[in-house]
Amino acid sequence: MKVLGIETSCDETAIAVVEGKKILSNVVASQAAAHAPYGGVVPEIASRHHVENLPVILEMALKEANISLEKIDAVAATHTPGLLGALLIGLQFGKSLAFALQKPFIGVNHLEGHLASVFLENEELEYPYLGLIVSGGHTHLYLVKEFGCYQLLGATRDDACGEAYDKIAKMLGLGFPGGPLLDKTATRGNPKAFRFTQPKVGECLDFSFSGFKTAALLFVQKQNGNTSQQFVQDLAASFQEAATNFLLDRLVKATKQYKLKKWAIVGGVAANSALRKKIAAVSSEYDCRTFIPSLPLCGDNGAMIAYVGSQYLKKGFASPFSLNAQATSELPS
Amino acid sequence: MSVFISRSAEETKKVAAGFALTLQAGSVLALVGDLGSGKTCFVQGLAKGLAVPDTIPVSSPTFVLIHEYPGGKLPLFHFDFYRLEKAEEAQALSLEDYWEGNGVCVIEWADRFPKLFPEKTKWVHFKFLGENEREIRC
Repeated sequence: MKVLGIETSCDETAIAVVEGKKILSNVVASQAAAHAPYGGVVPEIASRHHVENLPVILEMALKEANISLEKIDAVAATHTPGLLGALLIGLQFGKSLAFALQKPFIGVNHLEGHLASVFLENEELEYPYLGLIVSGGHTHLYLVKEFGCYQLLGATRDDACGEAYDKIAKMLGLGFPGGPLLDKTATRGNPKAFRFTQPKVGECLDFSFSGFKTAALLFVQKQNGNTSQQFVQDLAASFQEAATNFLLDRLVKATKQYKLKKWAIVGGVAANSALRKKIAAVSSEYDCRTFIPSLPLCGDNGAMIAYVGSQYLKKGFASPFSLNAQATSELPS
Repeated sequence: MSVFISRSAEETKKVAAGFALTLQAGSVLALVGDLGSGKTCFVQGLAKGLAVPDTIPVSSPTFVLIHEYPGGKLPLFHFDFYRLEKAEEAQALSLEDYWEGNGVCVIEWADRFPKLFPEKTKWVHFKFLGENEREIRC
């Protein structure tokens, strides 16, 4: 079954064609911007850019998969959670395509897409597992019991992890995209130069990142404008050390609590090199198996949406054309 | 105008929860203040004051731009203009529909595009005084 997956929950316009676990194409607007013949595909924030991007991205996804639109067996699109205006555009586009092609349509939860993204590249992963979604908009830890069955163990109480990265990167004048630039800068700094207190979230498995942001701000203010390259590198390294330690601390705590030694770390921040290194070290210390998507599947993409859609369709589910977008939602438990 | 000095996140939330009692459908609250000055924390207090169910924690909408919290006395729409660069990007969010809607709108980094706000907007200013001290003017 060849499923077209559409994702427009936030900034990225993304479309993929997936057959089973095989990704036939996976096109994201920000990457597509580099493709000269399709120049003008700009990953801007406003929803209307999804409208402009979608037909172009669709054409690219079909071409890359080497199939015609008529050969698509079903259409999946993200319908929740995210920015309502952005979600609506991808959802309408997907429903219209399915309607015109007379093929089944299925709405997919964005977070469920991320949690399942690890299956596209791994034959060995089996349920249940601990799924950590860590990105610019989300920091959620789930116990994934089986397909379609999720227990939220903890979530951020303030800023998302990727958001803290971006805001601290901006404070340090590192430019955009802040997360990857901070990651790169940190490799040349001393992670022990500044002490970041670990957030006080008590016994639960919640996250908090705004304290790191405030601490970084105080370190910057103390410099009175004299932020040398060394200072920037050291602060980046120290923050990164503290933030990744905190994420790992939550995972280890959940591992002990739920006696579950399988981790899936997904979402944009899963592309962070320091986090990937630390996960490798800590997981072997606790004898855990980890599954992290390759870089193109860490950020928002259509492949994970197509995959989850195909799983639901296989089980006999499909969405009505009346399905609406929803800004906020919880995963089925 | 009232001025509060808050010495903890809990105090900021209490001020906000009290403020929430003065709000009605169509209220627009514009928040202004630096990073770490307590804006998101204030919105958490508002949510509490509006009796928004705590099943979905109120977190920063910087990335997704709008978080919606239904289920309380009034629906709460939480905006963040931090990463927007042009007023058109904010306008593309159909702001007028929200301003005239059935809920309370609260906007972080509102001073990035002050002209987008209706006359009825209440402005709240936050100041970072020290590690554990914030000033709230509303």
